[in-house]
This record gives sequence, structure tokens and C-alpha cells, in this order.
Amino acid sequence: MRKHPITEVSVAAVLLLLAPGYALAQAPETISWGLRMENFSALILFVVFSGVVMTFIRLAHGGRDLYIRRIAGLNAVEEAIGRSTELGKKVLYVPGIMSIDEVQTLASLAVLKHVAKHTAQYGTPLEVPNKDPLTYAAARETVKEAYLEAGRPDLFNEEVVNYVTYDQFAYTAAVTGKMVREKPAANFLVGSFYAESLLLAEAGQSTGAIQIAGTAEVAQLPFFVTTCDYTLIGEELYAASAYLSREPVMLGSIKGQDIVKFILLCWIVLGILIYTFTGNTAMHDWLLSQ
Amino acid sequence: MYKKQFPLLLAFLGGAIPIVSFFITTPGDRLKVTTDTLQDWMLIIAGAALLLGVVNLFQINLRKISTRAKGWPNALWLLLSLVIAAILGLADAFDTSVFGIWGGDVAFQWIQDAAFKPLQSTMFSLLAFYVASAAFRAFRVRNVEAGILLSAALIIMLGVNPYAVKILPFLPDTTNWIMNIPNAAAQRGIIIGAALGAASFSLRILLGIERSYLGLQKGE
Repeated sequence: MRKHPITEVSVAAVLLLLAPGYALAQAPETISWGLRMENFSALILFVVFSGVVMTFIRLAHGGRDLYIRRIAGLNAVEEAIGRSTELGKKVLYVPGIMSIDEVQTLASLAVLKHVAKHTAQYGTPLEVPNKDPLTYAAARETVKEAYLEAGRPDLFNEEVVNYVTYDQFAYTAAVTGKMVREKPAANFLVGSFYAESLLLAEAGQSTGAIQIAGTAEVAQLPFFVTTCDYTLIGEELYAASAYLSREPVMLGSIKGQDIVKFILLCWIVLGILIYTFTGNTAMHDWLLSQ
Repeated sequence: MYKKQFPLLLAFLGGAIPIVSFFITTPGDRLKVTTDTLQDWMLIIAGAALLLGVVNLFQINLRKISTRAKGWPNALWLLLSLVIAAILGLADAFDTSVFGIWGGDVAFQWIQDAAFKPLQSTMFSLLAFYVASAAFRAFRVRNVEAGILLSAALIIMLGVNPYAVKILPFLPDTTNWIMNIPNAAAQRGIIIGAALGAASFSLRILLGIERSYLGLQKGE
């Protein structure tokens, strides 16, 4: 039987509905309707991007078969959970250190749901330690739902998704301590990470756990690549939920994103050629100045 | 309806209002004010969620202590530290003294200086050792790519070493070239891909296609 939805969402709902009214009371009267011309080029890109992505979502919805390249890190998710199950050890999932206003954290929660569903199906212990309180609340709800979908709500308890601390290095100390003491067979480090990335990944590596990492923080990627078995690099993290769910509509958005990437690549190459042969920087300037 | 559609509607509004206010001005710039207000209110919601976190921390650790589970003294120490830090923090916030002896600000500052900052620095300083062990693994020459990586790393490390630069004066220019051309190009490629991935993911959330972060699945 399904429980009542999370209370935080109802708090957010009330606040969100009150916000426009509050804003109306606070706003000055000097500005009128119009476009922010300083963001005009971003608006054009937004329209093109949304148009292409939505077109591909519609195509996918219509049944068109879309090819998405193989992502090794995501194919290894089930292998990692299977290894933990065979060894009778827990799976440790670290959803990054940022809050849910960070898109990487949302992408991580989508992967967490997939992982939690599988651990529930196999009866493998899962632990999700959290640094951010909002991420903790969302992760708890995500895992609880995943256990429910897997038909094993009895396996969920307050220790599966737990809150540690808001301090970055205290959190790192707690998680690395868990890795060393409890020796999970699989560590997932997926989300937004900063200076703690190498500390977590090295500690996990020293315990012999299979490690799957994923982040879009460019500065942290080398640390994950050197210490983890698989790393989801940048866009692969955002594609993870679509890839794992295999839902055609979600895959359509990935395909649309690839098309926009190709358009941008053409823009860059054209800009380089025009600048090289004429010295004109109009294409570059348009992106920056409007 | 409440469970399925309302959170999706909230996510749509919470995402759409800032996007629209980024492109469009409204009378009195009310959308921008709404966006700023929403961001302020998120801090309040985070405060409420922090309380949930602390409750969870107490639940788990009290259970450990009461059942004398493995490592229960650590759980006891954790809760004691939490309570002491909270009392001193509140004494500092309300500008009252602790046991009539220390000022709240002095006691809280002492905890920060004597315990918290040294512990943070200790954790951070571990990075130096972990970088060395990670570099050792990364720089083992197993194939051509690893060989190129090792060569580039050697040039860059020597390029910032004053003694090496004295002997090989061309090193700083080579280092700058590696960092600003091939390295920057690879980084930009990753950044462009990640930015488009984030935009695509956000669009899926706005359209209600991506809903696994709410614990919902397709069709719910």
C-alpha cells in the first residue's frame, strides 16, 4: 500500500504558490514588458535546442528506432550489483555533495532509483549516505519508491538512506570510514563532487570494491578516471536515466541533444574558418554580446 | 492526482519561471523578483530538511547505542559532539554565556579553532598522498595513450619547476601550449557535451518526461 506523499513537497507547493503574490507586492513599477536583449542569442539557442529535442521526442514517441551508442559504465551497473550480491556485501551509493538545485544531483537520483530497484530485487544491502539535507529527503523518497516497485518495501529502513553531516570533509571522513570498515563490494560515486572526489575514490579503490563514478565536474574527472573501474563523463551522466530505462521518448531527447551538438560543432568550425581567412569574429561575437 | 501530477506541476513552475525571467522583462520585473524569492525560499526548505536529517542521525545512532552494535561508542561520541556543538552554537547566536563562565562566542570559536578546523585540514591534507598514489597508477606505461599521458605530465611538472626551467628554458612555453591548446580543447569538448546534457535533462524534467527523481515512473 502506498504511503502519503512526502511532506517536503507539500511545503514546497505552498511556498511556490505564495511566491508570485509576494513578488507582486515587492516589485518596482519602472520596467515594462520586453525581451532582455543581452540574452537574445541565448534565447535563439534555447528555441533551436528545445525545438530539435522535442522533434526527436515526438519521432521516438511515433515509434522510430533510435540508435544510442553503448556506454560501458552504465552496462556495468548490474555487474557491480551482481558482484555485491554474490559476495553478500553491501552496495554504497554516494549521490555527490550538492543540493537538488544542481542538475547532476537530479541525474544521480535517477541512477540511484535504478540501482535501488536492482538491490531490492536481489535483496542486496544498499546504503546511501548524504551530505545535503534536501538531497537526503529526495533520495529517501526515491529509494523507498524503488523498493516498493521491486515488491520489497520490507527491506527499506531508515538506515538505507541516511544523513551524515553538512560539512564537506566530515562527510568525506564518514564515508571513507564506512568504506574501510564495512568494505562494500560496489561503490557508486555519481553526482557533483569537488575536493573529496579523490579521497572517496582512493579509499574505495584500496578496499578492492568495483567502482562506478559519474560527474560533469571537469576538474574531478581525472581523479575518477584514474581510480574507478568505470567513469561516466559529463553528458553520459545526464544520459544515464534514459539509457538505463530504455524508454524511447527519453532516448529521443538524447538523440536531439546529439543533433544540437553537431549544429554547434558546425558553428564552431565555420567560425574558425571565417576568422582564419577573413579575420572576422562576427560569429563568436554574436554568441557573446547579444 | 496529488501524488503524481502536483509535484510535476511544481517542478515545471519552479523551472519555467526562472527561464522565462531570464529572457523576458515584465512590468516591475516581477518575474525576476519571483525567481529571487523562490531561491530565497529554497534556503528555508533546506533548513526544514536539515531537521529531518538530524532526526535521522539521532534515530540511527540511538539504535546503535541501545543495541550495543559494533562501534557504538563512536555513535555516542557523535551524538555528544552534535549536542555540545549545538548548545554552544545557540549560546553564540543568542549571545549568552555557557555555565556563566565563557561567552557563547568564545566557546563556539574555541570548538571551531581547536577541533573543527584541524580535523578539516587533516582530511584535506590526505589529498597530497592520494594524488601521489593515483598518479602512480595513472602514469604506468601500459600502452601508447598512457605513454603520451606520462610524457605530457612530465613536461608540465618540469615546466613549473625552477631548476628544470634553468636547464631547459623552452619548457614553460611547451607547458603553456599543452595546457592552453590540447588540454583546453579536450576540456571544452567535455564542457559543451555536459552543458547540452544538462539542458536536455532539464527539458525532460520541465516536460515531465523525466520523473525518476520524484520516485515516479513512466505513466504514473
